[in-house]
Amino acid sequence: MGLMSQPIRRTEDGRFITGRGRYVDDVKMEGAAIGYALRSPYAHAKIMSIDVEAAKSAPGVIGIITGAELEAAGIGHLGAAFPASFLKNRDGTPRVDGDRALLTVDYVRYVGEPVAFVVAESLNAAKDAAEQILVDYEELPAVGLIDEALDPGAPLVWPQAPGNIALDWAQGDEAATDAAFDRAAHVTRIDLVNNRVVVNSMEPRGAFGTYDKVTGQYELYATSQGSHPIADTIAKRILRIPPERLRVITPDVGGGFGLKMSTFAEYPLVLIASEKFGMPVKWMSERTEAFQSDSHGRDLKSHAEMAFDAGGRILGYRIKTDFNLGAYGLGFGPGIQSVVPMFVVGGVYKVPVVYNHVRAVFTNTVPVEAYRGAGRPEAAYIIERIMDLAAREMGLSQDEIRLRNFIQSHEMPFRSYVGAVIDSGDFQRNLHDCLRQADWAGFPARRAEAEKRGKLRGRGLAYYIEKTAGGASAVVISFTPAGRVEVGVGTSAHGQGHETTFAAIVADKLGVPFDSIDLIQGDSIRAPWGGGTGGSRSLWNSGNGILKAADAVIDKGREVAAALMDTAQDAITFEEGAFRVHGTNQFLPLLEVAEAARAGSKLPPELKARLEKGLDSSGTHEEKGDTFPNGCHICELEIDPDTGKVSVISYDVVDDFGFVLNPLIVAGQVHGGVAQGIGQALLENCLYEPGTAQLLSGSFMDYTMPRADDLPSFGFTYNEILCTTNPLGIKGCGEAGTVGAAPAVMNAVLDALWDKGVREVDMPMTALRVWETLQRAAAKAAV
Amino acid sequence: MYAFDYHKPRSLAEATALLNANPEARLLAGGMTLIPTLKQRLASPSDLVDLGGLPDLAGIFVGDGEVRIGAMTTHATVAHSAEVRAALPALAALAEGIGDPQVRHRGTIGGSISNADPAADYPAGVVGLGATVVTDRREIAADNFFTGMFETALEPGEIVRQVRFPIPEAAGYAKFPNPASRYAVAGVFVARAAGGVRVAVTGAGPSVFRVPEMEAALTASFTPEAIASVLVDADDLNTDLHATAAYRAHLVGVMAARAVTSALES
Amino acid sequence: MIDTVTVMFSVNGNDVSAAVEPRTLLVTFLREHLGLTGTHIGCDTSQCGACVVHLDGRSVKSCTMLAVQADGQAVTTIEGLGTPEKLHPMQAAFNENHGLQCGFCTPGMIMSAVDFAQGNPSPTPHEVREWLEGNICRCTGYHNIVASVEAGARAMAKA
Repeated sequence: MGLMSQPIRRTEDGRFITGRGRYVDDVKMEGAAIGYALRSPYAHAKIMSIDVEAAKSAPGVIGIITGAELEAAGIGHLGAAFPASFLKNRDGTPRVDGDRALLTVDYVRYVGEPVAFVVAESLNAAKDAAEQILVDYEELPAVGLIDEALDPGAPLVWPQAPGNIALDWAQGDEAATDAAFDRAAHVTRIDLVNNRVVVNSMEPRGAFGTYDKVTGQYELYATSQGSHPIADTIAKRILRIPPERLRVITPDVGGGFGLKMSTFAEYPLVLIASEKFGMPVKWMSERTEAFQSDSHGRDLKSHAEMAFDAGGRILGYRIKTDFNLGAYGLGFGPGIQSVVPMFVVGGVYKVPVVYNHVRAVFTNTVPVEAYRGAGRPEAAYIIERIMDLAAREMGLSQDEIRLRNFIQSHEMPFRSYVGAVIDSGDFQRNLHDCLRQADWAGFPARRAEAEKRGKLRGRGLAYYIEKTAGGASAVVISFTPAGRVEVGVGTSAHGQGHETTFAAIVADKLGVPFDSIDLIQGDSIRAPWGGGTGGSRSLWNSGNGILKAADAVIDKGREVAAALMDTAQDAITFEEGAFRVHGTNQFLPLLEVAEAARAGSKLPPELKARLEKGLDSSGTHEEKGDTFPNGCHICELEIDPDTGKVSVISYDVVDDFGFVLNPLIVAGQVHGGVAQGIGQALLENCLYEPGTAQLLSGSFMDYTMPRADDLPSFGFTYNEILCTTNPLGIKGCGEAGTVGAAPAVMNAVLDALWDKGVREVDMPMTALRVWETLQRAAAKAAV
Repeated sequence: MYAFDYHKPRSLAEATALLNANPEARLLAGGMTLIPTLKQRLASPSDLVDLGGLPDLAGIFVGDGEVRIGAMTTHATVAHSAEVRAALPALAALAEGIGDPQVRHRGTIGGSISNADPAADYPAGVVGLGATVVTDRREIAADNFFTGMFETALEPGEIVRQVRFPIPEAAGYAKFPNPASRYAVAGVFVARAAGGVRVAVTGAGPSVFRVPEMEAALTASFTPEAIASVLVDADDLNTDLHATAAYRAHLVGVMAARAVTSALES
Repeated sequence: MIDTVTVMFSVNGNDVSAAVEPRTLLVTFLREHLGLTGTHIGCDTSQCGACVVHLDGRSVKSCTMLAVQADGQAVTTIEGLGTPEKLHPMQAAFNENHGLQCGFCTPGMIMSAVDFAQGNPSPTPHEVREWLEGNICRCTGYHNIVASVEAGARAMAKA
């Protein structure tokens, strides 16, 4: 039996469980200085002057960098990942991103925007000095909330964006959708808030930069999800140097969740500081600083309407969403509620027509970018909340309304109205399996029992789908003189266990020992180019790429083996890690063939010349064809009406991730994803103060991170319905838990409160909000 | 953190002398509040006087109808003390609910009450039990000790040595924690003793406070039902991200009833 | 002028003596002075527990202690618990049960778990979850951490 599909324990664990992991903050360099960012305390202000003179001579200070100096040096600015032509307003006019310098010069537009970068011998010295920088701010009116920003007469974040609208985008056919609503037997309407969250990877962001003045080479250690995109951005857009002069290394990374995809100002700043001051410079974010300077996630308000015929079948779907972009359109920010989820807005249902109108709204808050799922959890949240409500309104059960509208497995590949081609899936089966797993039928008895204890019990169901794939990343397999197999990939694991899963593929495919394989990742020079790890696409990219590269290795190996064993190529088969001469017991192990090919001395001159790199081969999975991970989530919870506290009692998931390469790791991805969904639904809330746009939930003292005692154990199983569009047959699993969880939890909360007269619930349903909701419902009932 | 000088006195007298000699000095007990405060640069003492070198300040004595706990006794020690669990289980349970296990291994009763955080647990126990705070110079009744938000009756340089809790007939503590910080949003300590019932609330107001209406009702009938109709006025209570004043007022009632139930079960 | 203070304590069984600024946190001392980078810093409000070490056998948050407060005591960090060649049973349990993903919270999680398991050879999942109140993980959803701690506690009791 091969290693693929086995729950192999992770090889990377060895260093982490013994404290031998190497994160950016663990990198040591002789004579390194510490960088510290002085940040704006105001949400919106004009900078009248910055005086760094006193601070410059403070003890231990090496130097201070300001925005004006960077402008003078021609340093470039940060920006969005989407070209203007790719993502524009529905009337064809360009969107507005604003203009984000590494260090702002004239205005600050959110609390936490960096104003100056202090470099000192120690963090304490840098902080002491930063307190002596005199910034003369002229405070301006600020907007932090979507509604504030859209208010007529609201202060503008950017003068070129009237009404604070950064992007006014739409998909679908408005007229056809309107027509569908005209003939509807029933229309369900819902207004939803998708609360703002802080990513909070346990390792904060950090960067360590060096500049070698002899060679002119820059080297950056960064907490990233991929070295190449960051290297490209810094080299091309910011430092404007040839790419080969910058090496970005991503060592061990303590979680990313979308946050660490982007290039943040501090990364080029440590390189600029290193060049200027002649020593390595490290910057590590502190947690409270991270709350103000990391990109945030979600933060949108939607009004959605679903038109049904008399049989409860969907006729049309209309969504109007406004999302908070923050003060700048950076990274994937402008696309996260528009183009990123556009193929899954209709969920797993046969939705004939859709009109999805999305506006990005500027506010004086930290930019909003990718957070696990990036747009797809938001899309799933809207459609699964509205389906739940529609079922209640039409008197259908939660499974029945879904069964009536599911795309059927026999209809696949199914081209949806929104243009997605769903290759495979069996939504009905997963739903049935999950109902059974969660003992859906036994719920009434559990609810009655809870009632006796004074608890309100509810259950919620959600069926999610997402689309993953794309972004070619190369794979290079090479053989070292020491007999090891190096696998270079353009993806970059930061908790996903690629050292284990990718090695399993290589071991199975090439028949080489699992422990002879080394993964080379997260290095813009040593690893082949790739878009990094994000969007649940790494196995799609690198896994399928490994198959390709391995095929090339075998092809070359066959040729070499034939020469070595003095036989014809077509007489050679490759089995169990060896090239065998058909019909004989003659064979050569792959690693021996690889070594012979590398050394070359035993090869015919022509072959030796042609195989200059021995068996080393590369491969890139570039085939079109998305994957559509999907699954059913069922949440059961209890509410203490006396305090409003919600306790999740059980949580069940049945997923379809196609071929499951490592069940242990896949389960872990789902558990973690679900926890983030539960966290958003019940606990987490990033709040800015109305009127001032001051960050209110600015540390773990105020921002509720889910803890062990907030969560249940999870029931997770899967059906392997192979993806037909990639050789491994896999579907991405990294974000799926988060995509399905929030609607399942919120549907359960509504179910628990429904009999109390509650009809509207918004995330997060904290104890306070549940209690207030119950109070309002009781007051209404009393009228 | 701003720079400071550090001292670890070997006697209470030495500690007092250090405090007297350095008006900007601060006492360091477990450090669970002070060190985070220093890290955030919210305080800049000239000197820290670490009480960790005074073993006489730590320890538990049960007898003469009271539980005496030395100022430097950690929450974990109180929580796990067989003597406290037997004599005053509600106080052990209160200690077991403070912060998290690591905080309980360092945090001390003296530090907690001297800091007088409005959301700390111990003030409810101290006031609810009518304890006596013993300092290096006098004894202070619980009702006079907590004077406001982060304010106590302690004079400059005065050092808490011990807290003496009279053992009640029955006592209970219930709190609703802040989901993020795990401090009390509302915590209620209820104790029934020969002299009557005391009800002390932490987390809800600017400082720990008693609820005379509940005390009267519970003195008449020590049951959760007895206080069901007692409403706490929300006007003086705190509002923050996690709880409005109205919610806190409601929670005080719920937690008080749970504390009574707990007292009856113990 | 602030005087440095001399601290003397044992770290993972080795005697350590150094002159430090009084404001040096224990975690900073371990990481910067001793190069023991397995102890991590994940927050600045004593919530996350990535910095948990043992002080005389009990788990504490090394970010909320001055180095000088450890004077005369025994500090154990994740590096002193077990080695890749000879894992502590709790370390092995985290590997076996996939109790970690990015690994950043893991050292603190394991140090906290070992302290817990010393007094609880066969804990219930509920007890584990309550104990882990001081350790935050963003990756695992805690499911496999709880399983790891249960298994690790049993293994420690047998060892």
